[in-house]
Amino acid sequence: MPLDLNAYLGIEPDALKVYSQRAEVLAANLANADTPGYQARDIDFRAALAAAGPQGNALRQAATSANDLAAAGGADGEASTATGDLSTEQFLKYRVPLAPSLDGNTVDSQMEEAQFAQNTVRFQATLTFLENRFSELTTAIVGQ
Amino acid sequence: MALFNIFDIAGSGMSAESVRLNTVASNLANADSVSSSPTTAYKARYPVFQAIQSSLMSPGTGADPTRAADAAVQVRGIVESTAAATASYQPGNPLADANGYVYNSNVNVVEQMADMISASRSYQNDAQVLETSKSLMLDTLKLAQG
Repeated sequence: MPLDLNAYLGIEPDALKVYSQRAEVLAANLANADTPGYQARDIDFRAALAAAGPQGNALRQAATSANDLAAAGGADGEASTATGDLSTEQFLKYRVPLAPSLDGNTVDSQMEEAQFAQNTVRFQATLTFLENRFSELTTAIVGQ
Repeated sequence: MALFNIFDIAGSGMSAESVRLNTVASNLANADSVSSSPTTAYKARYPVFQAIQSSLMSPGTGADPTRAADAAVQVRGIVESTAAATASYQPGNPLADANGYVYNSNVNVVEQMADMISASRSYQNDAQVLETSKSLMLDTLKLAQG
């Protein structure tokens, strides 16, 4: 019986990817906190995940409604190529600064730190979800 | 994986901030240096930061269009302050000119202290980002291992 691992894991691997890309953008903001004229950026998370999401959601619904994993496996080939070229570039947006600064830098270190911490917690939450899915699989394989 | 790039980015930030701390140290050390002419008097030094894609920092590699999010820092150069050196009348000083004046450095000690705190906070931020990314990567490696 073919089990499609991508369909089984759902949206979580894509979310993990977007979280790691967002961590990179936030790290770049923090590194450039003292660079004159640097404009802080962030990823439009909703849009970035939506680009990966519809296929994932459709897949999961197809798998649960038809109760047929083989059918979902056929559709998955398209989904993985669609999410494969997911690039952050098109989802990068400039931050609107709370207060203008003389040197044109729009990085607010405190806010970037908070966003980075939030991103980290969400990354770890996604890791936990994945971990649970893998342990479910292990339980199914071992049978106890 | 994007988390790998964070090592380059945060590393470049730490190295740039340490250059900044270095100039602060030079400036503070020379705050009381005197000279016999305004042109040879010590001038405060400042690094100029610039955002750059981190792959461009290592020689022989070009820009990577797939790394749009990647913005490391490089120190473009060091500039000297153009503020005028103040003269003080010290006829007993062996460095005094014909009129008995020596010329002080144009270092503003208060400004340097503020700069030092700013550089050290930014350095701490970068180090924290590095540490967090490292633990996230290690957590990912441990996925489904028990």
